Amino acid sequence: MLSLLSIDGNLRVQSLSMNEDRAIKNPIQEYRLYVGRLLFTLLVVLIMAGVLLWRYYHLQVLEHEGLVTLSDRNRVLVEPMPPTRGLIYDRNGVLLADNRPSFNLSIVKERAGDLDTLIAELDQLVGVSEVELERFQKQMQRRRRPYEPVPLKVNLDEREQGVLAVNEYRLPGVEVTVQLLRHYPLGPEMSHVLGYVGRINDQEIQDLDPVRYSGTLVVGKTGLEKFYEDELLGQVGYQTVETNARGRVMRQLEQTAPEPGKDLHLYLDSRLQHVAFESLAGERGAVVAIEVATGGVLAMASAPSFDANEFVTGISVESYRALLDSPDRPLFDRVLQGQYPPGSTVKPIYGLAALQSGTISQDYRIYDPGFYQLKNDERKYRDWKKGGHGSRIYLSDAIIQSCDTFFYDVGVKMTIDTMALYGTRFGLGQKTGLDMPSERAGIMPSRPWKRAAKGIAWYPGDTVNTSIGQGYTLATPMQLAVATSRLASRGEIRSPQLVRKQHSIPPPAGIIKASENNWNYVHTAMQEVVHGLRGTAKGINKGLNYHIAGKTGTAQVVGIKQDEEYDAEKVAKRNRDHALFIAFAPVENPRIAVSVLVENGEHGSSTAAPVARKLIDAYMAYYPDALVEVADESG
Amino acid sequence: MSQGDFVRRMGSGGAAIYGAPSQWQRVHLDVPLFLLLTLLAAVGLFILYSASGQSLYYVQHQLVNYAVGCAVMVVTAQVPPRLMARWAFLPYFGGVLLLLAVLFMGVGAKGAQRWLEIGGIRFQPSEILKAAVPLMLASYLGQRAIPPRFMHVIAALIFIALPPVLVILQPDLGTAILIAASGFFALFLAGLPKRYLTFAGVAATALLPVMWYYVLHDYQRQRILTMFNPEADKLGAGWNIIQSTIAIGSGGVHGKGWMLGTQSQLDFLPESHTDFIIAVLAEEFGLVGVMLLMGLYLLIIVRCIIICLRAQSMFGRLLAGSVTLTFFVYVFVNMGMVSGILPVVGVPLPLVSYGGTSIVTLMLGFGMLMAVSTEKKRSI
Repeated sequence: MLSLLSIDGNLRVQSLSMNEDRAIKNPIQEYRLYVGRLLFTLLVVLIMAGVLLWRYYHLQVLEHEGLVTLSDRNRVLVEPMPPTRGLIYDRNGVLLADNRPSFNLSIVKERAGDLDTLIAELDQLVGVSEVELERFQKQMQRRRRPYEPVPLKVNLDEREQGVLAVNEYRLPGVEVTVQLLRHYPLGPEMSHVLGYVGRINDQEIQDLDPVRYSGTLVVGKTGLEKFYEDELLGQVGYQTVETNARGRVMRQLEQTAPEPGKDLHLYLDSRLQHVAFESLAGERGAVVAIEVATGGVLAMASAPSFDANEFVTGISVESYRALLDSPDRPLFDRVLQGQYPPGSTVKPIYGLAALQSGTISQDYRIYDPGFYQLKNDERKYRDWKKGGHGSRIYLSDAIIQSCDTFFYDVGVKMTIDTMALYGTRFGLGQKTGLDMPSERAGIMPSRPWKRAAKGIAWYPGDTVNTSIGQGYTLATPMQLAVATSRLASRGEIRSPQLVRKQHSIPPPAGIIKASENNWNYVHTAMQEVVHGLRGTAKGINKGLNYHIAGKTGTAQVVGIKQDEEYDAEKVAKRNRDHALFIAFAPVENPRIAVSVLVENGEHGSSTAAPVARKLIDAYMAYYPDALVEVADESG
Repeated sequence: MSQGDFVRRMGSGGAAIYGAPSQWQRVHLDVPLFLLLTLLAAVGLFILYSASGQSLYYVQHQLVNYAVGCAVMVVTAQVPPRLMARWAFLPYFGGVLLLLAVLFMGVGAKGAQRWLEIGGIRFQPSEILKAAVPLMLASYLGQRAIPPRFMHVIAALIFIALPPVLVILQPDLGTAILIAASGFFALFLAGLPKRYLTFAGVAATALLPVMWYYVLHDYQRQRILTMFNPEADKLGAGWNIIQSTIAIGSGGVHGKGWMLGTQSQLDFLPESHTDFIIAVLAEEFGLVGVMLLMGLYLLIIVRCIIICLRAQSMFGRLLAGSVTLTFFVYVFVNMGMVSGILPVVGVPLPLVSYGGTSIVTLMLGFGMLMAVSTEKKRSI
């Protein structure tokens, strides 16, 4: 056979005829060669079969003793040890999310007798709800390791633990396991920021690494818990344990300790968060405060809210329905997902744009008859003030008194392109880059945007509407706070950030270029909004011993027909305008930038501005070094 | 004795044993092979009943799988080998096109794209290539001089390499290796000169590190590392190997008895009714059972080799030989991986593991073998 192999090199068929090459090739030698090769492979097959049999002989005869011991009731088990989830602290080390021990009733299928009887018995002893049963059965259907306990009832109280301990002997397969459960001590006011963890569901299980999550029952579902899931989770460990015949763990043979998840330290100040949330009590709205120097988020509250702790153990169907169906939409995070027309709060931005682009000078003034008309157009674009603001209206007056006519005029002069350019630099129409999931981008209208989104050309009327923050413009409260922070820092472009990753302050990502003179002009005008006699937010300057710069805004909920007057009394509460307010302080050395939205709050001056005042007052009280004291000018 | 006489004498061996062409030969069935396969299927059902936790559901579905497989085998056996040789390029290039389609529009899970969905039916085009590659190679080499010349070797290597490269991209390394092996067997049986073999051996050794770092995916590297040290990954892939070696080893010489294997009956053994079914057999029937099953596999292979030797054309010989050897590679890889001497690559135990796809593919191969076995002698 081997000799046949050795001749294959010189078995070339010397064929001269082209066609004969295929048909007649020297069949005998070819056949011999083939037979040689075939028998050679048969020999290899036999050798390989021998290797396999030797391996099985090795396992089944030589290693039999050792392996039979392992298999004997399979006493040696590998159990995963879930890591401890990382904690979340505020900037002062106040604990926002921790882990508390919870006692769970779990069932080991392999040791239990008839499951239905067992569950019926447990129902009599401690009560098993439909939801718990359904969740248990779902988890039983998933792939699991043998002898892996499956939780039936979590968070047992002391009475239930006692009842189970007494009856343990007649409940084979039932175990009370201790497990760390996420807890949010501050409750609803932090829920939208932190989010919550919840039981891993069927969809999530497809995407999660089964090894890393073995023993871990929950995963971050929303908020920071979701965004930082990877850091918070940690690394799973395992222990090898020996069990007795009934499966109880007798001793630990070896273990690899789990690696706990990383802790998160936020820029957020829980005291300010509390003030922000409380000042929205009874309203639907959002408050954001940003530390101007870092972009760190000091507070971000959305009201109404919900208790995230309910979601950790699994919320009941009724409670969940109630949250979902509530017209106040407590599950909706208005800070990041609520998109509102920013209204007049964009005026300082467009004012700066008009000055900086050279469209107008600081001496530019108009006469305001109470409306504005485009050339060759009958339509009257009305000012909010019936009869107008009169003659000699400068940009500062237009900001202080929130004159619409002035901005209609200047907006048309500088064109939508200039407004879109500056609006975008201030962060409108794009995600702010906050370290949170599911942020929305809002809309900064522009010619290309309209062509892409609506498929039609830009009309001059669109420019008019955009100039006062209406029309297509949409912004989230977070975007408005970011824009305010950029106004306050004189153009430093920073993304807002919840988690503090380093102690040094990173440099800004960019600078919005404008002359010092123009910045001063806009800052002074915004200061007059609060401190001036005709300022739209003068109502909040009582007893102020520092300077706040602000701008009120009103976002229309329903469109008003031309020449039709807006009567708040007639319009149902749900159709009233949204109130907005942006502010930063102290004007001389801005430290905090704030945006406030109150849904259906009608006027920024009456409902939104006081919220900002309360929050900034609290900030000055907690951070006295920020205060630049001035005499109370309100008289 | 002329050359023609020699071939005729070898070819008429079958008729000498069984007498005149029987009715079985008229329907192109090789009775000994058919009986051996039926016996294997029966053994498979017997083990499956225990491995699936006494599930009649699995047994019934597996019976359907066998029935479909048999039908495919009988139909394939009717195709004259000469037609197979002539049209071999069709399934080959068709399969290659489908593999390309998988890369661009395939569906899959967990990062691997292996399936194609047409009209609601999902299938793996790589399965087609398992039959099409040996067919193509046998057809190509069988029509040319033996041993193949340099240019023919190059062409054959391209035919062999093309499908596995596309399959690796899916990525499915196990299937790619099986397909490449089936093509290579045909080339080897056709008398590939030894110097090429030496060269290939040296090149493969040199390419190993490159494969390790550039071709293999993380999870594949992990599986190979796990094979050497299953303890390092106790919760993941290592669990399978630890539990299957415990199952095999605890079976001992005589086994624990049918349906009495604790490892499998208590669900310690993963995939016990599919890829790891040999561990159930080893636990419940011991080394005796393993040896009997291995004996059955070897009997099938011996019968196949007899068919190879009697084949009338070089095409038939190469095709039959390649199918036979590939069949053994399945056995070897599966039994090797379950017992922990090969990495876990998802190869079923032929005709015993639960699953329709592999049964149909294998029976298609046996169908081709039977077609070859009853091929009429070509007049020279």
